[in-house]
Order: sequence, then C-alpha cells, then structure tokens
Amino acid sequence: MRVMAHIAMVMNLDKCIGCHTCSVTCKQTWSNRPGVEYAWFNNVETKPGVGYPRRYEDQEQWKGGWTLDKRGRLVLRSGGRVRRLLSLFSNPNLPAIEDYYEPVTYDYDNLVSAPAGQDIPVARPRSVLTGKPTAITWGANWEDGLGGAPENAGGDPNLTGEWAEKVKFEFEQTFLFHLPRLCEHCLNPACVSACPSGAMYKRVEDGIVLVDQDRCRGWRMCVTACPYKKVYVNHATGKAEKCTFCFPRIEAGQPTVCSETCVGRLRYLGLLLYDADRVGEAAATPDEKDLLDAQRGVFLDPHDPEVAAAARESGIPEDWLAAARRSPVYDLVSRYKVALPLHPEYRTLPMVWYVPPLSPVLDAVDAAGGNQDDPDHVFAAVTRLRIPLEYLAELFTAGDTDVVAGVLMKLTALRSYMRERTLGEAGDEAALKAVGLTAREAEDLHRLLAVAKYEDRYVVPAAHKEDAAALTAMENRCPVESSGDAPSDRRVLLGIPTLRRPSTGDPV
Amino acid sequence: MNVSGTDLLLWVAVPYMCLAVFAVGHVWRYRHDQFGWTTHTSQLLEHRWLRWGSPLFHLGAFMVIAGHAVGLAVPASWTEAVGISEHTYHTTAVWAGSVAGVAMVTGLGMLCARRLLTRRIRLGTDRSDKLLFPLLSATVLLGIAATAAHNIFGDGYDYRGTVSVWFRGLFTLQPQPEAITGAPLLFQLHALTACLLFAAWPFTRLVHVWSVPVGYLVRPYVVYRRRTVPARSDRGTVRPYRRTDADRFTASDRSS
Repeated sequence: MRVMAHIAMVMNLDKCIGCHTCSVTCKQTWSNRPGVEYAWFNNVETKPGVGYPRRYEDQEQWKGGWTLDKRGRLVLRSGGRVRRLLSLFSNPNLPAIEDYYEPVTYDYDNLVSAPAGQDIPVARPRSVLTGKPTAITWGANWEDGLGGAPENAGGDPNLTGEWAEKVKFEFEQTFLFHLPRLCEHCLNPACVSACPSGAMYKRVEDGIVLVDQDRCRGWRMCVTACPYKKVYVNHATGKAEKCTFCFPRIEAGQPTVCSETCVGRLRYLGLLLYDADRVGEAAATPDEKDLLDAQRGVFLDPHDPEVAAAARESGIPEDWLAAARRSPVYDLVSRYKVALPLHPEYRTLPMVWYVPPLSPVLDAVDAAGGNQDDPDHVFAAVTRLRIPLEYLAELFTAGDTDVVAGVLMKLTALRSYMRERTLGEAGDEAALKAVGLTAREAEDLHRLLAVAKYEDRYVVPAAHKEDAAALTAMENRCPVESSGDAPSDRRVLLGIPTLRRPSTGDPV
Repeated sequence: MNVSGTDLLLWVAVPYMCLAVFAVGHVWRYRHDQFGWTTHTSQLLEHRWLRWGSPLFHLGAFMVIAGHAVGLAVPASWTEAVGISEHTYHTTAVWAGSVAGVAMVTGLGMLCARRLLTRRIRLGTDRSDKLLFPLLSATVLLGIAATAAHNIFGDGYDYRGTVSVWFRGLFTLQPQPEAITGAPLLFQLHALTACLLFAAWPFTRLVHVWSVPVGYLVRPYVVYRRRTVPARSDRGTVRPYRRTDADRFTASDRSS
C-alpha cells in the first residue's frame, strides 16, 4: 500500500442554477490572456447538449481517454507511443478552434467615439483572432437553458440507442440541468501519459495535475488524450494550459476560485487518501460498469488505523490526516456513496465527482401527474421513467441505471424524511432504511448537502511550510517590507493572504 | 593558393561566426528562454493545409538532412572504397534528393501559404517567424535550384570535390576557402544562406528540433513530481529549465 493524499471536489448538481459565476471568476483569474481567449478552465454546460468543445464526449471521434486492447491491457485510445510520435507533425485528432468557438471582443470604443447623431452607437463584435467584424455563431454554452436544442441537442453524444430517440423529440418537456466542468485531476491522467516531453505531471502531495510551462514543447498530444478536453493550446505561447486547481490558493488552505465564488454553494473540497499502487489495476477493470466500484476501492478509509499508519509511513502529515477524516468529499463519495464520477468509462479515474440531480426525475413526476413530495411516487418514477435515468447513467455510471437509481432514491428518501422532521413530525424511517441510511446518518447527510457552512464544505489543509510554502513561491513577485510591530524579517506579500486557515481540526 | 579577402570573409569568417552564434545562441536560449522553447503549433487555428504540408515538409526535411550529411561529410574516396561508383552515387543522390526536395518544397510551400493566407495565423506570426520562413525558403529553393540547374538539366556538377571539401575543412579546423570559390553561384548562395540559417536557428522555433521526444518511448506513462526539491547548494549545476511551481519552492524557507 502506497498512500497518497489527493485534493478532490464534489458538486451537488441539484443546486446548480447555471449562473456561470464559477466560469467567469475562473476566467478572470487564469485565462483572460492572449492565446487562451477561447479556453475555459471551468465551464458550465447545459445538459442535454453537445457541450464544449462540440461533442467532446464522442471518443470515437476525438480518441480521448483510455481503452482496453484485445488482451485487456490499458492503452490510450489515441494509440501507442510510436503512433503518437508519428503524429507529431499533424495531430489527426486535435479539435480546431471552430470546435470551441471563435472568441470575440466588442468595438467598445465606438460607444464613446461615435459622432453625435440620431442613432445610438453600438459595439459590434470583432474576432480576437482576425480583428475583423464577425457574427457570433457559437460559444462555450451556446445552448444555455436548452436554447437551440431542437437543432443542436440531438448531437449530444450521450443520446444513443432507442431511448435516446424518444428524448430527442420530447426532452424539452422533460428535463434539463447544468453541468459545471473543470479538469478532473484524474488518478490515471491520459493527458500526462500522452505528453511526449514529460512536461505534464501529477503532484505527489495533493494530486493536482499541472503543465510545466518551461518544459512543454507544444506537441499538443495532451489535448487529444484528455477525454474531457480540459487541456488547451495557448496559440500565442504555443504551450498547453489547463486548470491548476488554483494550487496557490489550495496550498494556502483556501478553496479554488470556482468553489469560493459558487453562488449555489454546491461545491465541496476535501482530501481523499488513495492507494497509488492500485490505480493501474482499477483503471484496467474489464467491465466499464465496475469502474465506479473499482475507483472507490482505490480510496482508503482515513479512520482506519492501518491506513493512518501507512499514510504516516509515506510522509503524510498529521494535520492532513485529520483533514482527510473531516473531508466532505470522502463522506459524499465513499461513506454515503451519493457522489458519482463523470464518465468513468474513460478510465482516467477522475477526481471531480457529482451528486446527480434529482430535479429531472421530479419534473418527470410532475409531468406524469404524480406528487413529487410523495417518496412512493418518486421511487416509482425513478424505476419507470427511463429517460432521465438512462441519460444520467450515460454521464455518471457508464450506463448502469441501477446505481443512478440507487443514489436518486437515497436523495428522495432523505428529502422526504427531512421534510417530515422539519415539520415537527417523527419522520418515517422505513424509507430511509430502504436506502440504507439510519436517522443519524440522514441528519448528517442532510446537513452536508443542504446547510453545510464554509468550513464544512471546504476542508483544505494548508501545504506544509517545511515542504513547500506557498508564500515562498511569491518571493520573486512584489514583496514589501511590513511596517510596525511585525517581526523585522517578516514580509507582507501583496495580494497574498498571510493568514492560513487552521487545518488541525479535531479528529472525528 | 590565391584567396582574396572577400573569399576569406565569405567562406571562413562568415561560416565560423554563424557557427559561433549557433552554439552560443543555443546555450543562451536554453538557459534563459525555456518558456519560449516550443514548436509554436498553430494547428488549432488552421489544420487543413497543415494536415499535408507539415508531414511533407518534415519527412522531406529528414531525407534532405540525411542526404546532406552523406554528401558533405563523407568524402568521395570513402564511398568509392566501399564499391559505390561515382555514377551510382550521383544517380542515387539525384533521384532520392529530388523526391526529398520536392516533398520538402511542397510542404514548405503549403506551410508558407497557410501562414500568409490564413489571417489568424498571419497575425500570430512573430518576428522570429518573419525571419525564419523567408530564410528557410531561400535556402531550400537555392539548394533545389542548384541541383536542378546543374545536376538534373545541366551536365552535372560534382560538389563533392569542391563544396564538400570546403565544408569538411571548417570542421577539421583547416579551412579551405579556395575549394568553394570556383563552385557555381547557386551552390555558393545556397551555402551562404545555410550559414545564415544556422545563425538564426537558436532564435527561432527551429530549436524544437533538439526536443525530439525520444525519451517518451521508454518513460512510465504517469509522471509524478514532488512539490519539493532537495536543497541545492551547488549553484553551478542548477538546471535552469526547472523553474516550475515546484522548483520555486527552494530551501530558503527551510531555515526558518
């Protein structure tokens, strides 16, 4: 057992209202520079929908992620090492800018410099790539709220098979939800594995996947290999860029910008301990539908004394172990098992998980004339109304509807029980028992999903000063000597908080 | 031996200066500009021309470089010693060279065309590209023109007895400028633009040639790195390209 710690995220999709605050704050922090105008390290998609870049989930076309060869060995879908080197001159599976969208700016100057006249001046869109006036015909979430869905949403790669035909004609009446996406910081990252220069790496301490900008040579194989299409080419610098999981903030014990600014408070950050020796084996699980359990099997129980001992052995500090025990991510992923990974069938073992939305099912109950407050009606809907269920299964469980149904029933039972409790009734524990929850666990899960405070949602232990202090990273930026009574050798770093969030919470 | 000052300048001073710039330039660039060391791919912005142009150019270039290595570095006496007659050598060189040259010229033409005609790429073309593309095109065109004029349509010119001798002389530190002074103008111009190309090399995207990722064939798929690195007291061996987030965290903080 080789224990490693990983900072991971869970998003509760029922709470996402699609406001794009996460995307905007992320962009302003990381990608508002020339060359990455088109890139969104965090974006929010409307589902069903083709996504960003267009149809990125269609791995037959884009060749992202891993697959098993005839002998059951794990291989990159885009081909082996030699084939990759042979396609250095022209990568046959690289999305073009048209697959993302043509980034634009506006003639703002015209608003103030236009001569006085009868008409109100307008700011016309201009391509930032060519500088020419252009029509805006696509964007990172063009189908926001199912806009244009009749033409486009049929292209959603998750809509396959017979049931999908039905969705294509009816889904405007049935369901819609938002899916915020960022780099998954996978346990078995395909981008890292495809990088010919070895510039991409996974950090041992916290699992964050980064691109070494000094070593990237612009071979652009990572873009193809990532099945989530979350590595981007900066066309100005000729180097790959991606979500950094806001590592300077994480190292200071703070949540990522997308989490910090999430209006719906739907994001959770916390540590997961995992056994690095079992990653390869889990990713090569023969049946796609077993990948979810295989990945959960890689995660370790931080309350287990043996795990703690092995973690200390591999140098994980005590306060990190304490943080792992308080991790909301561990609770949602492994303890209550209500969070699911996005597209486990890509075999990258992603580390951003989602609590699937109950709302599509509740909408379906309403549409069928049922009462969405009655758990029996919802249970019936979960088992009978296949459309939303199969769609969610395509996204989160490699098509296994039973798993999604189980999670949705758990959420339904929880919802109904807590409603009764809130109304002062005793609460019917039969429904809870049916989904494997005790009353106490229900209270706990409800607290976590519904009313969790900042400290409960984000349990991020600061990086260790003796290892690598985030503050020293800023040494060559713009330090100013502090005045007053602070110790004389202490520097105050502009823009960098000097206070760390205490991360030594009491072990539970 | 009667060599004019101009010949000394063109065939000794200029080549050595260009080689010096080539060598020192690379060291300087490697130490100071890892961030700029890239292929500078533009496939994202245009892929239809690149799909054919780039492989044609690169594969053609490999053959051309191999041909030059043989033609310039290997003396005619060596090939004859292993039983390759001048005629056989010449015929092979012209045929293989023509195929390689045509591939390279076609590919380079396509790459230049997309750079000029695709507005997105033209606007993203930096100063080093504006130097590199004309210089590379000139070198390639002069080279193929020399071959065509003298060895395909002309009555044959044995550059191995002249240009190659001059070339080898530069590296054996016994410069023989007189060897090339009699060569046809096209060969001379080709040699000079090639010298300039070598001088420009370290300051352009051509540096990506030295980053051919052969190590990828043998390394483990997933790369792990620690955020921390051991304390480095030996400043002289600090590898300059390791300026990552990991490596900015140096030992300075350990003392506290």
